[in-house]
Amino acid sequence: MTAPPLPKQGPEISYREAVREAIREAILGDPRVFLMGEDVGRYGGCYAVTKGLLEEFGPERIRDTPLSESAFVGAGIGAALGGMRPIVEVMTVNFSLLALDQIVNNAATLRHMSGGQFEVPLVIRMATGAGRQLAAQHSHSLEGWYAHIPGIKVLAPATLEDARFMLGAALADPNPVLIFEHVMLYNMTGTLDGAGPVDIRSAKVRRVGRDVTLIAYGGTLFKTLIAAETLAKEGIEAEVIDLRVLRPLDTGTILASVRRTRRAVIVDEGWRSGSLSAEVSARITEGAFWDLDAPVERVCSAEVPIPYPRHLEEAALPQPPGIVAAAKATLGR
Amino acid sequence: MAEFRMPSLGADMVAGTLVEWLRRPGDRVRRGDIVAVVETQKGAIEIEIFQDGVIERLLVEVGTTVPVGTPLALVSGIGVGAPAAPTPPPLRPEAVVQAPAPRVPIPGPQVGRPLASPAARRIAQQFGVDLRALRGTGPGGAIVSADVEQAAKAPRRFDPAEMRRAIGAAMARSKREIPHYYLSTTIDITVAQRWMEARNAERPPPQRLLLAAPLLKAVALALRGSPELNGYHGERGFEPSPAIHIGVAIAIRGGGLMAPAIHDVDKLGVDELMAKLRDLGMRARSGGLRSSELSDSTITVTNIGERGVEAVFGIIYPPQVALVGLGKPMERPAVIEGKVLPRRTIVATLSADHRASDGHRGALFLAEMDRLLQAPEQL
Amino acid sequence: MTDAHAIKPHLSREHLLDLLREMVRIRRFEEKCAELYQQEKIRGFLHLYIGEEAIAVGAMRALEPGDAVIATYREHGHALARGVSMDAIMAEMYGKIEGCSRGRGGSMHLFDAATRFYGGNAIVGGGLPLAVGLGLAEKMQKRSGLAACFFGEGAVAEGEFHESLNLSELWKLPVLFVCENNLYAMGTRLERSESQPDIHVKAQSYNVPAEVVDGMDVVAVEAAMRKAVAAIRSGAGPILLECRTYRFRAHSMFDPQLYREKAEVEEWKKRDPIDRLLSWMRQSGALHDADLAAIEAAVAKEVDRSVEFSESGKWEKLETLTADVYAGEVPP
Repeated sequence: MTAPPLPKQGPEISYREAVREAIREAILGDPRVFLMGEDVGRYGGCYAVTKGLLEEFGPERIRDTPLSESAFVGAGIGAALGGMRPIVEVMTVNFSLLALDQIVNNAATLRHMSGGQFEVPLVIRMATGAGRQLAAQHSHSLEGWYAHIPGIKVLAPATLEDARFMLGAALADPNPVLIFEHVMLYNMTGTLDGAGPVDIRSAKVRRVGRDVTLIAYGGTLFKTLIAAETLAKEGIEAEVIDLRVLRPLDTGTILASVRRTRRAVIVDEGWRSGSLSAEVSARITEGAFWDLDAPVERVCSAEVPIPYPRHLEEAALPQPPGIVAAAKATLGR
Repeated sequence: MAEFRMPSLGADMVAGTLVEWLRRPGDRVRRGDIVAVVETQKGAIEIEIFQDGVIERLLVEVGTTVPVGTPLALVSGIGVGAPAAPTPPPLRPEAVVQAPAPRVPIPGPQVGRPLASPAARRIAQQFGVDLRALRGTGPGGAIVSADVEQAAKAPRRFDPAEMRRAIGAAMARSKREIPHYYLSTTIDITVAQRWMEARNAERPPPQRLLLAAPLLKAVALALRGSPELNGYHGERGFEPSPAIHIGVAIAIRGGGLMAPAIHDVDKLGVDELMAKLRDLGMRARSGGLRSSELSDSTITVTNIGERGVEAVFGIIYPPQVALVGLGKPMERPAVIEGKVLPRRTIVATLSADHRASDGHRGALFLAEMDRLLQAPEQL
Repeated sequence: MTDAHAIKPHLSREHLLDLLREMVRIRRFEEKCAELYQQEKIRGFLHLYIGEEAIAVGAMRALEPGDAVIATYREHGHALARGVSMDAIMAEMYGKIEGCSRGRGGSMHLFDAATRFYGGNAIVGGGLPLAVGLGLAEKMQKRSGLAACFFGEGAVAEGEFHESLNLSELWKLPVLFVCENNLYAMGTRLERSESQPDIHVKAQSYNVPAEVVDGMDVVAVEAAMRKAVAAIRSGAGPILLECRTYRFRAHSMFDPQLYREKAEVEEWKKRDPIDRLLSWMRQSGALHDADLAAIEAAVAKEVDRSVEFSESGKWEKLETLTADVYAGEVPP
């Protein structure tokens, strides 16, 4: 998968390298920043994001941890309480469930439970999503669960620019921030010409259109942009919104677009039931009900643990033809 | 004297059953002493007293279930004289109300699009109600289904100011959005006039034809060959209509204009068409039109008639894509086979939407109308 | 700080009176809490520490202001002994904004930045990883503080106990694990949940030095704590102290104690840490006749004042219901 064409001027960089640059910049720029997680050091990172960092920064700042998600995520929270700015890497969102207690019961609550006395300036990065035939324990998209929790912020960088610059913004934020990196984006390449610091508040319109609003994030963004191109050939101009920030949701950008196009399709690799797509749909109903011309459509993963064979995995995930069909359905076509 | 009460041991405890008194009247008790056993839904729990004194009287017998807070015994103070535990005041601050959820403000109506619920829109389409003429009773003044249902039932009341506003809005939108082109041709209606007069000679006045009937029928039949002029331009571009519903512009006394539709004009006989025209004219002036008649025209014809001007170039009524203008019938000199002869003629114009058709198509249409009117008996 | 002076408690009369006063403060405060609970002034869960006071009091006397403290939901004693004001703790029990957590936490979530008191954690085992991280922060910032983490023996069954011991030893972090072994995790006796009921043995399998302490003896606790704290500050890495103790009261207020015999409770009450210190002080002549009465009178006054303070406290306004969820304004 490749990013939409960028001007081919600066050096080619991959999403993986963009995240690595972000980590390097953070460690170089702030003595309180360190990285810890499973196999982030000698192994070079499960997805090779942190390759070379141990050699550059040493074992004090790049810490390999035991397979103890609860302990090292909790230790990240404790270190943040104690004045550090930890970046904790969890291999995949599926493994983060072993640390759910620490994230939900501690990171998200300590500020509130202490009446505002303590804060947890922590960043937790993890891979999410399917597409690599890793089957039902390494492929899920559970970021929507985390977006349910007040007290944490949830980011989903989809572009090279966001991969490169969201981490810095997250570390500067005094709240605990979770960053979800879709596994199918790590190899995406492009250039960072004109890219610079980004906010972690807003959704972005990645393609302007007037007929229907397609709302996506992370791994589904590029599938959605492909779908939009197909629609354009049939005379349907789709607007594509990249949510970027899953909590807090940028409701304003969503509603402004939907009020204009009067139609919305939400594309989410999470399952449909009780999902982030449901939340976005509910907000559209709350905020743009009077402007809609069609029921909100959703394109989500099939309600099945992600299967191993490629054809079944592909069939389980949102794909451009399904997005095209949903967009047309909102237009009665 | 103090009261020893049934304690609350948890928010989920509403009552307890006294199963044993461990102290008798006259017994001296000290703060922290266990004085009774209470059965709860979790099991028997020993309960303690928080004051020093002497048990004066037991108020509740063993085996009795009483709510939390009920006095169980009277205790007289000695020495320390602990005051009676007051009736618990409400723990929560008074006037605790659910904090209101933040409301998304309802947007005001936008130009050209009234605020209306999806259900209202569906019903409006079904009954041919023009939402722009309605006032909503829903949230933020939105038109809801009940508003449309009422409008569909109620006879339309005529409000000149409202009508002027509606005409203004529709015509402004038309001029803003529709790329008009205009064609004009003079049609010889001498034959049609004679044919009509011949038929009228045998009839009482109420059943006589007016020229409008054959003209409209000719428009309808000519449209069969020019579907690009008959239909709607919507968000998905032009969509031709299989049916030919002609809106007939009717001036309203006191100002204003309506264009109620006569449905399937191409399928009506001329007499039938004339009857409908009469009926429509009467009802338009008395306010008895059905809402569907006001909204489902596929084209409009404006017929200036006897009192009018020579030619009219109309503005298309959106979302239609064409309007036919018929001027005043006049005697004009015509050159026929080298001779100048007086002929009865009419100037027919076409205003059409360039997004749906072009001038060539429009010319063919006007020519076809002319041809049809030269054989009125076939109309 | 490794000289013998720091390691051994000063068993002066003043010091012993201080230990006694602290334990009496905790006991009387909690007795008042039980009364207020039954009057519905205090709600939620209320877990009393009565019987276990020697641990918090002995331990806190060995800590420095720069150390971090993490406790459980049975933490009134720890907060009081650490120096959080009784007024602020009682107001927290009432849910008033004058509470040490602005009323947001209640009995189970006492917090205080000034004394580095990091709660009040009501997830069994949930505080241990935090202590590891706080220890890591001390070490990485080259500060001399340590993280003292209190938890019950029930937490030993949680994975977080094992993960935390392993990680802290692996990284040689300044963490003091204080297990308050009161034999019952709610109603489950230790032997009914652990294949190896000797907790210090588990610690040793992670190479974490561990010691068993008589948790009913405040002087013994303080002595063990001082020794452990000194070792940790010298860079020895984490240490676990297993303090054997007993709670005299039910697990929480609504508990008929079906799981244990009254005789067992009575047997343990003979080892009441306050009575033990009193008799020891009497025997050694450190307690004068009027001392106890003076302490009781002062504590009674302090408790009454905390109730008055809380009664006259304010409820938070509904307008600020969602305050302190994030730093700054974050839309829902």
